Amino acid sequence: MSEEVEIRDAEARAAAARVADYEHGWSSEIEQEFAPKGLSEDTVRFISAKKEEPEWMLEWRLKAYRYWLTMETPDWAKLNIPPIDYQDAYYYAAPKQKDKLQSLDEVDPEILRVYEKLGIPIEEQKVLAGVEGARKVAVDAVFDSVSVATTFRKELEDAGVIFRSISEAIREFPELVKKWLGKVVPMHDNYFAALNCAVFSDGTFVYVPEGVRCPMELSTYFRINAENTGQFERTLIVADKGAYVSYLEGCTAPQRDENQLHAAVVELVTLDDAEIKYSTVQNWYPGDAEGKGGIYNFVTKRALCQGKNSKVSWTQVETGSAITWKYPSCVLNGENSVGEFYSVAVTNNYQQADTGTKMIHNGKGSRSTIISKGISAGRSDNTYRGLVRVAPQAEGVRNFTQCDSLLLGDQCGAHTVPYIEVRNPSATIEHEATTSKISDDQLFYAMQRGLDQESAVALIVNGFAKEVLQQLPMEFAVEAQKLLGISLEGSVG
Amino acid sequence: MSLLNIENLSNAIGDKAILKGLSLSINAGEIHAIMGPNGAGKSTLAYTLGGRPGYDVTGGSVEFDGKDLLELEPHERAAAGLFLGFQYPVEIPGVSNLQFLRESLNNQRKARGQEALSGGEFIRLAKEKAGLLSLDMEMLKRPVNVGFSGGEKKRNEMVQMGILDPKLAILDETDSGLDIDALRVVGHGINSIMRKPDKAVLLITHYQRLLDYVQPDFVHVLAAGRIVKSGGPELALELEREGYAHIVEAEGASA
Repeated sequence: MSEEVEIRDAEARAAAARVADYEHGWSSEIEQEFAPKGLSEDTVRFISAKKEEPEWMLEWRLKAYRYWLTMETPDWAKLNIPPIDYQDAYYYAAPKQKDKLQSLDEVDPEILRVYEKLGIPIEEQKVLAGVEGARKVAVDAVFDSVSVATTFRKELEDAGVIFRSISEAIREFPELVKKWLGKVVPMHDNYFAALNCAVFSDGTFVYVPEGVRCPMELSTYFRINAENTGQFERTLIVADKGAYVSYLEGCTAPQRDENQLHAAVVELVTLDDAEIKYSTVQNWYPGDAEGKGGIYNFVTKRALCQGKNSKVSWTQVETGSAITWKYPSCVLNGENSVGEFYSVAVTNNYQQADTGTKMIHNGKGSRSTIISKGISAGRSDNTYRGLVRVAPQAEGVRNFTQCDSLLLGDQCGAHTVPYIEVRNPSATIEHEATTSKISDDQLFYAMQRGLDQESAVALIVNGFAKEVLQQLPMEFAVEAQKLLGISLEGSVG
Repeated sequence: MSLLNIENLSNAIGDKAILKGLSLSINAGEIHAIMGPNGAGKSTLAYTLGGRPGYDVTGGSVEFDGKDLLELEPHERAAAGLFLGFQYPVEIPGVSNLQFLRESLNNQRKARGQEALSGGEFIRLAKEKAGLLSLDMEMLKRPVNVGFSGGEKKRNEMVQMGILDPKLAILDETDSGLDIDALRVVGHGINSIMRKPDKAVLLITHYQRLLDYVQPDFVHVLAAGRIVKSGGPELALELEREGYAHIVEAEGASA
């Protein structure tokens, strides 16, 4: 480990000690292995070599990198994005591995302690501890950029489900990965997607074969834990004909003084009669009350509902990050395919969120539902941006969109920007939008019954977001409810 | 010993003085009724005792169960045993009555150093109290007051009172908007929940009719921010017969 790194770690520890009011804001002391600072073809080669990738993968990355060089940062969102110096960041950091890990016992105890701090639900802790009969939730734990542990692989394998880190999948199932990687989100799709293609360091690959219902919910915990290290996750989930899988993604990040860049890409594919349910709770460091620090979250998430009667359901609870730029979308190619988007986005202090979805109806009889709940507090800005597009050949399309905004205080902003493009007259498109404030009457009523102010706000906000929260798997719903309360602390009164 | 002792209480909303030296003492085991014309400060008294922000106390003191009430936050007043029945109960979309009440009760219990009630214990309690007020349990599963009729809202207030089990209930025009049947149910609820030696009620009302069902021990007339006359139940009948103007004038109360 270089001297420079040690100094940085010491600084990070001091920073974490200084600022303790962010629940997940601390820094742990795991040895890091860094790629050289900055972004160049050498960085791309370094990452690819570290991951022991085949030649085609390196070529793919380099192509994306060269394309990225020609692109410009998108500026159409209602976001104020400070200039990012891509040469002043590290693109790869991995916990040092002494040997190949065979089981969780061999995982660095420091990493296990991190999971504990993260409050990984008891059920999963039991699973991690190997308790007999514990609920089956497989945890492919992504610590920083490298998967350090994968549990339940055996049972999933028996069912024929492939659940791997993307790096492993590239090595072990190259044909499968090659077939779909970059097919839903092409490398030239947008600036951040191209960047991700060039430098993604890890992520998850799931393949559920024909007719298989994945025997457990798959959850991955992402965590950024290295200062100045951009996090570039890559997720690819393929549900073959008649398959079903529910995937849960949760994120937290430690306190940082400097902004951190995150540019993930998630691709989902459903073939005939297949279904993917993708749930996210995003709790990255939002910056402090003055708007200093926080994660920049530029995520491209898209699903290709390729098969007839296939379905993808996105559910997200976004409370963290200084800037969120994220539009989980569905390309509904399959006849009678279904896309759903359920979102709660909370912004407080100086956070900015521009989030929503795109429902691209190419298939006959395809249907989509969009329920977006935006909650703004402090001096934050919260924008819903959504597109519903109906292609000329798509007969009998239906869409229902509901966008509700809740304001706390009088210095925040809520914006709704729906785009509707219909090129087939048989479509039925509905759009509803409301904006409301938490009233003094509601607050006093709840407090008179015994709730302190923050509990009262949390309760009212959870009621507002209920339609979305109830889409989440149970253990996530509980976590998400708490998170909404925590995110809005200090926003009233 | 008095449960509630208000001495010379004055307050203001913005620049406007509403209560002007109001004094009132309520003992455990008593039911008091406050009547008075519109604009006398009846609801202001209720909100001020509840601690509503914006109802600034400008003078006087309020002691509740040995505590300085005015020092406490609204939720601390609730935990101390003060319940406010709202004239216009508030809607909270997406939050079920049961969830609302369980969280409220457990927050109160926590503040008092008591164990939280489990889900099962709470449901049993809620069923018992709902039964007392002839309120369908299904209604307790619906969002707080959303889509409730006026009568349902008031009955819901009574169920809340039953579950939270306060020492003192201040009921602000609980009888308004009720038909005769609902009035009887609410009256029965107040009697069965609050007519106990260790509890007290302050009923705020315009009309005598609720008092047919809930017999007060004392009746007070509030006018221009003060209590201008106090008496027994017969005073309510006198008011009903002769109107407020007569008594207010006789007592020489003016702003």
